[in-house]
Amino acid sequence: MRRRSLLGTTGFLAVVMTGVSGCGVPGVGAESADLQVYTARHYDLEAAFSEFTNQTGITVEFISGGDAELLERLKAEGEDTPADLFMTVDAGNLWNAARQGELAALESETLDQAVPEDLRDPEGSWYGLAMRARTVAYNPDAVDPEEFDAKDTYAGLADPKWKGRLCMRDATSAYTQSLVASLIDLHGRDRALEIVRGWVSNDVQIMSNDVLLLEAIDAGQCDAGISNHYYVAREQAENPDLNVSLHWASQEGAGTHVNISGAGVVEGSDNPEQARQLLEWIASEGQNAFVDASYEFPVNPDAEPEPRIAEFGEFKRMPLNAEAYGDLNAEAIDLLAEAGYE
Amino acid sequence: MSEAPVLTEPGKAPPSRRRPRGKHGFRKFGAGRPLWSFMVFVAAAAVAAPVVAVAVDGLTGLTGADLPRGLGGMLLTTLGLMLGVGTGTLVVGGGLAWLVTAYRFPLRNVLVWLLVLPLAMPAYILGFIFLSVFDVAGPVQAVLRAVLGAEAGIAQVRSLPGAVFVMTLTLYPYVYLLARNALLEQAPGPYDAARTLGAGRARALWTVLLPLARPSLAAGLALVMMETLTDFATVQYFNVKTISVGVYLVWKGSFDFQLASQLSVLVLLFAVAVLAGERLMRGRARFHQRGGRGQGLETVRLKGWQGWAATGACLGVLGAGFLLPALQLLWWAVGELAAGPVPLRAEQFADYLANSVVLAVMVALACALVAVVIGHSLRLGGGALVRGAAQLTTFGYAVPGAVVGIGVLLAFTVLDDLLEAVGVAGGTGLLVTGSVLGILYSYTVHFLAPAYQAVDASFAKVPPSITRSALSLGAGPARVLARVHLPLVRPGVAVALVLVSIDAVKELPLVLLLRPFGFSTLSVWTYELARENFWEKAALPALVIVSLAVVPVFFLFRQVRLTENRRKEH
Repeated sequence: MRRRSLLGTTGFLAVVMTGVSGCGVPGVGAESADLQVYTARHYDLEAAFSEFTNQTGITVEFISGGDAELLERLKAEGEDTPADLFMTVDAGNLWNAARQGELAALESETLDQAVPEDLRDPEGSWYGLAMRARTVAYNPDAVDPEEFDAKDTYAGLADPKWKGRLCMRDATSAYTQSLVASLIDLHGRDRALEIVRGWVSNDVQIMSNDVLLLEAIDAGQCDAGISNHYYVAREQAENPDLNVSLHWASQEGAGTHVNISGAGVVEGSDNPEQARQLLEWIASEGQNAFVDASYEFPVNPDAEPEPRIAEFGEFKRMPLNAEAYGDLNAEAIDLLAEAGYE
Repeated sequence: MSEAPVLTEPGKAPPSRRRPRGKHGFRKFGAGRPLWSFMVFVAAAAVAAPVVAVAVDGLTGLTGADLPRGLGGMLLTTLGLMLGVGTGTLVVGGGLAWLVTAYRFPLRNVLVWLLVLPLAMPAYILGFIFLSVFDVAGPVQAVLRAVLGAEAGIAQVRSLPGAVFVMTLTLYPYVYLLARNALLEQAPGPYDAARTLGAGRARALWTVLLPLARPSLAAGLALVMMETLTDFATVQYFNVKTISVGVYLVWKGSFDFQLASQLSVLVLLFAVAVLAGERLMRGRARFHQRGGRGQGLETVRLKGWQGWAATGACLGVLGAGFLLPALQLLWWAVGELAAGPVPLRAEQFADYLANSVVLAVMVALACALVAVVIGHSLRLGGGALVRGAAQLTTFGYAVPGAVVGIGVLLAFTVLDDLLEAVGVAGGTGLLVTGSVLGILYSYTVHFLAPAYQAVDASFAKVPPSITRSALSLGAGPARVLARVHLPLVRPGVAVALVLVSIDAVKELPLVLLLRPFGFSTLSVWTYELARENFWEKAALPALVIVSLAVVPVFFLFRQVRLTENRRKEH
């Protein structure tokens, strides 16, 4: 490189930078949408949002990312934030965002009617919009559903008869954490620790995601495991021969553990009215557009579940305690580490 | 770096006509190019700001009482992983570099550059492919069970050794590249001398070549270590709980960013240890080429089975690290395309592609530019402070991407408050997350280290006497940079551009955190599909990422081939 090419390089850099920042800055050169959504929910959102736009003329734009990162970004941006809606998975996340003052309290009769009481914030800071159940999946060749403890299926898996037969998700998974948080909420820390220790002493095989877990059950590597219901539906849809069945946990006891995807209007939103409108639409008319593609359950009792998951049958769910999920999550992590759960 | 003091040694300083040094000199600040030294300080401050922000955030209110359970285990795991991957890459990368440089065997001329390809394969992608094939539910173990019965299987694949294996395969090219450069550029002369004086090949290798290659091996190893330290996705797949996983776990699990910052400080300590280790390994070693190039290492022809064994070894590494996994991705992608509509519209695809490419190019240029300025300023005579500042610029690489991102947010929040306090209405506003500037800045912070390592390794081979001569003949620093230093460190600059652009194409957490609305890249697209285990769908963007990363590798090929040809001319 001679001097000339160094200058050339610098010049090129300057040109490229101007070009990119020009198109990269929203509001500069490009018309931005009416509503901006920060979302940690990772399913096909575009279909639902464009249907909303078709019906109302309100345009929606979103960026997705990790929940903790997006929350940190909301805090850093403060009142300058372009976000109108914060959408995330896990009730604990929603509870935390609200506690940290990032979500505005709403008063909406539509929402209060559409969303069951335990699936929304009493102050109206956030609302559950889709529901998932974390329950037992098993290989019907190896397990008779009678083997599951009908009162407390999760605790029942600590029984020595399951030694060497179990697959579960790792301790870093939010699914594992919120399940354990709900066990702490239900039974107290000591009993929850005993249960998790029981899983560990049953030589539970740890899987890094639910699909691997279901494949392991299908392959006969383990007999049963804990999975989200929609992974079972999705795998069944992709592979009709999949040798995995779903069993609703704890039906004669506290019910099956559920969690939600939900959203709240951002405190610094410039457009809270339209943001509320979007929330109301998703919770009512938009339910199926929002949940069906991902095989989640609608939160609104008036909406029909997608046919494939409707086949799993109706089930009794454990009431959701968002504050517990939020508050007890750190304790759940600590407990998992103490029990030696990887 | 280590030779920089030469210029400041009393009596040896070059006579400067323009600015005679005072009685007490400017020793602390260097022999006296304040403008250039100042630029190093600016770069250091800019790069260090986010890291410092995180450290300050972490250290304020540090009680130690809240540190998560199992921290000791995490520290041990981290050490084990770094040790394993370090040894692995040293053996594989160094061994292959020696093999292709010292021997001739079938396909050697092609393999010599193909062996760089695994650099284009992100560890998180290779890790998943590896698991999908070899894990309990994968085809290999299914066949084993079908043939040998239900109890048959491979020892736990998802484990520390598994992670070491996959990361070694994707990271060895760092060591390979730098070791090969060292063997080609500086070793031949002394090696020939040793051989002439009667040393056997083995003895010449151990007593002459290895010590000579040590600085380059150390630089490559340092890069590998830092990549290992900040990896998040791969270790997650393999259930290996390192301290970086701990940072995420604490942050996401307890929503306590400050606690996560505190753990990040631990990661930083590891990074400091790595950098210090690199300095130590480099030691006071100062190897410069005197006079013309040597004849090049004499290459020995491996005959018969030995030759094919060498070919087999290279092909084995290449196959496992690149060819087979790329084929698997292709297989998935084709199956997915055949199955139905592409999961993304064509214009979006073009958009993501353009974003990824433009970002990578800009970041690579920015990093190389800063690295050259730093290397050049040091060469002009830095003094301890400037050298320390230069070291600071490499820290960003050792901090997990998401933490750098948060650090950038924190730093800009402070700047914003400051500006508003002095009366600038609106402060900086959304400078960081509202435009790509935030991403660019954070990428530069994060990727300056590989650029600097590569450029610095090249500078280390330029004899200080050349700089001294140029300066004493009256050339100004800018002229020395353009006419003397740049041409000499060109190989290092090329390597810097390549390494950074590859890293930038693969980078994920930073762009996830800092991107403005409507801005997305291929890695984000892959991530969002992969996170939900849509691996067949993720195969297409993953394949594009790999192909994109191959492009800069091709520039590297050219570089390698040029040195090859130059070698043949002699």
